[in-house]
Amino acid sequence: MAATAARSPQRPITMGRAQRMGAVFLVVGVATLLFFGRGLEAGQTAKFGLNPGFKTQAVQIPDLTLPVQPTIYALGAIILLLGIWQLVRGFRSPEALLGVVAFCFVFAFLTWAARGKSFNLVGMLSSSLVRATPMALAALCGVMSERSGVVNIGIEGIMLMSALAAVVVATVTKSLYLGLAAAILTGAIIAAVHAVMAVSLKVDQIVSGTAIIIIGTGASSFIAARFLEENVNGLNNSGTFPVISIPLLSKIPLLGPIFFENGLIVYLMLALAALTHVLLFSTKWGLRVRAVGEHPRAADTLGVNVYLVRYVSVILGGMIAGIGGAYFTIGSVGRFDEFMTAGKGFIGLAAMIFGNWNPIGAFASSLLFGFADSLQIKLQILRVPIPSEFLLMAPYLVTMIVLAGVVGRAEPPAADGQPYEKH
Amino acid sequence: MDEDRVEAESTPTPARAEREATEAKRSRRGFSPRLQAVLLPVLAVFTAFVIGAIVIAVTDTTVVAAYRNILRAPRAALSATWRAVATAYGALFSGSLGSPGEIFQAVQAYRSTGDTALWLKAIWPITESLVAATPFIFSGLAVALGFRCGLFNIGAEGQFGIGALAAAYVGYSITNAPRLVHLPLAILAGALGGAAWAAIPGYLKAKTGAHEVVNTMMMNYVAFRLSDWLLNGPMKAPGYRPVTPNIEMTAALPRLFADPVRFNAGFFLALGVAALVYWFLFKTTLGFEIRTVGANPHAARYSGMSVTRNFILAMVLSGALAGLAGASQVLGVDYWVGQGFAAGYGFDAIALALLGKSHPFGVVLAALLFGVLRSGATRMQSMAGIPIDIISILQGLVIMFIAAPAIIRWLYRIRVERAEEVVLTRGWGR
Repeated sequence: MAATAARSPQRPITMGRAQRMGAVFLVVGVATLLFFGRGLEAGQTAKFGLNPGFKTQAVQIPDLTLPVQPTIYALGAIILLLGIWQLVRGFRSPEALLGVVAFCFVFAFLTWAARGKSFNLVGMLSSSLVRATPMALAALCGVMSERSGVVNIGIEGIMLMSALAAVVVATVTKSLYLGLAAAILTGAIIAAVHAVMAVSLKVDQIVSGTAIIIIGTGASSFIAARFLEENVNGLNNSGTFPVISIPLLSKIPLLGPIFFENGLIVYLMLALAALTHVLLFSTKWGLRVRAVGEHPRAADTLGVNVYLVRYVSVILGGMIAGIGGAYFTIGSVGRFDEFMTAGKGFIGLAAMIFGNWNPIGAFASSLLFGFADSLQIKLQILRVPIPSEFLLMAPYLVTMIVLAGVVGRAEPPAADGQPYEKH
Repeated sequence: MDEDRVEAESTPTPARAEREATEAKRSRRGFSPRLQAVLLPVLAVFTAFVIGAIVIAVTDTTVVAAYRNILRAPRAALSATWRAVATAYGALFSGSLGSPGEIFQAVQAYRSTGDTALWLKAIWPITESLVAATPFIFSGLAVALGFRCGLFNIGAEGQFGIGALAAAYVGYSITNAPRLVHLPLAILAGALGGAAWAAIPGYLKAKTGAHEVVNTMMMNYVAFRLSDWLLNGPMKAPGYRPVTPNIEMTAALPRLFADPVRFNAGFFLALGVAALVYWFLFKTTLGFEIRTVGANPHAARYSGMSVTRNFILAMVLSGALAGLAGASQVLGVDYWVGQGFAAGYGFDAIALALLGKSHPFGVVLAALLFGVLRSGATRMQSMAGIPIDIISILQGLVIMFIAAPAIIRWLYRIRVERAEEVVLTRGWGR
């Protein structure tokens, strides 16, 4: 409601935003030239590896060797030109423009960081995707649940319990698939508890989510301390899903090693991102979910069972978060540690908002966080003279700047977080 | 949608009235709303402890073994259960409140020999509970004040950490200052640090509508990284460990007992601040504005209050309180700041504000309860082998039962009385 009131003077704000964006681009362009373009040795090159380091491809493509100075100057100039154009005339699609500018800036930065060295670009991109996986699954859980009007901030707790369930069941039964099933079931059960609280008991949803985080964190650590520590091999040593190369597709240069050389859970995440998008925007059920999330009273009048839709959406979301939890144990390290999700559930929520409550958007913003995450590790290897702490801050600062209106206001479903009372 | 909610609350439809009538008939006990306001939290805590007891029993191997033979030896099973639960909770409470016998002995020893060692040992548990409760009071107040303005400050942890670092910096960098100047300065630095950290999300919320939950969360992560950098660089004490130097004793909150007992003036400062927050929220115009904006921003705007200004003000005050929590911990207990110093305080703070129903005095009571649980948990872990994390389970259950009184009412057959509803959070804050 406050959002609509604040947005009512539509025209002047859009104009101002376009110009603000242009000004920001100018600053970014100047910063690119100033920070990266100065003090470069002439003739220095940066080598970007375009083949995966771990395995030889059928088709080797040559590595990309770029002269550092001209590349940075060119990229800085592109950003400046785009900024000037945006200031004077304005582009039609600011989101795409922002993407281009961000790409130029990051690429200039990478060229600067990798000057005189070689840097495996494909390796970094594929690790970005892997790192983005749990955040993307958390974000998809949030999208599923919130599109139906139920805020679920308890994802962190759901993921911790699922991670634990996955590793214990997988270790005991010696079947990773049963572990995954256990994780999904755990996610569904905890989400069902949240649904009972939020939908039937009409509890404040953020409070219920907070309780789930606290109980999930506490219970998983409790069980780990009480049982797993004394019997690591019998309960907490499951192994992980192997990397599956998809025949033919994995042979595609560049894309193959990034998208088609992964563990099962990464593929599941990719499939689920597409699937939830189709489910929400191209099916009758999805239309109902969105109707319930925007205006439950109207949906109810038209004969949609609001409670049922919300229960199912929240539980489906919980199952997705369960897969996200399984990633931490049977998808990556094969054992459970306390607090091992380390805030990924929250970043997933940020990705959901960043992606404007849209599955594909949420997936894309998770990729951004994953990219920042893996970039920081690669940069440590390259010995960039910036403290790694500041690089680690970057994704969070960027999120804040973007949310502050460079791209535009994120708009949650209208009935998000509000219990529905049937008359 | 707001209109729907208003409608749902104001018009008693026939179906609703009928339902309430049947509910009233079914229930056996009715209590006045005022009594229920006290009874429900008490029952919530009690129920959480009962479930905690079940968790302790079910995860105890000897108890489970005894239940395998329950048909042959039912009493053995029951006594094993009792023993497991009693050991655990006994350790929890003797570790957090002390035992009356010990205090009695200590008083006698002091009378006959003038020996204070026993006395200090006897009061150690309860003073530790109060020491643990002190930052809880501040941080719970921080989140509660945000709730009152309709803001969900999930970033108390970052504000706590920055406040602690700021207080520590003033504490160790100024030397040879009189305590009368140094201590207030250090406390102020803590409050300002937290306030500055919360002001950014508050400003962004007010001016651009960027959601405070996301931004305070982002600020948390930035705070962790910043403190990592500070503790490894500019603020690092000589030596291997990434910690700050110890503060000067002129900046320390005075301790009220001899050395092992860490109870300090910070506790009274916390109580004073709680009273101050109560006065501010309920007796001043600014507080009224904050509460009005929290209850209904549109009504507030139409009556001429500045919603943006109140958002920023509430966020800054909330951050200042969280910063005070950090300052009280550094200046009163630890005297230095290390990595992971603030871990967990953010969520505890949310839990405290919820448990205290966003009322300053409720928050104080909740903080005392959490202080008791936290300080007793350590002894429970060492004596009964129950992992400390059971406390989180208890806390989460308490929040759940407080938030969903329907569960408690159903369990204890308490009739529904219309009580005052406090708006705690409002989804993503529209």
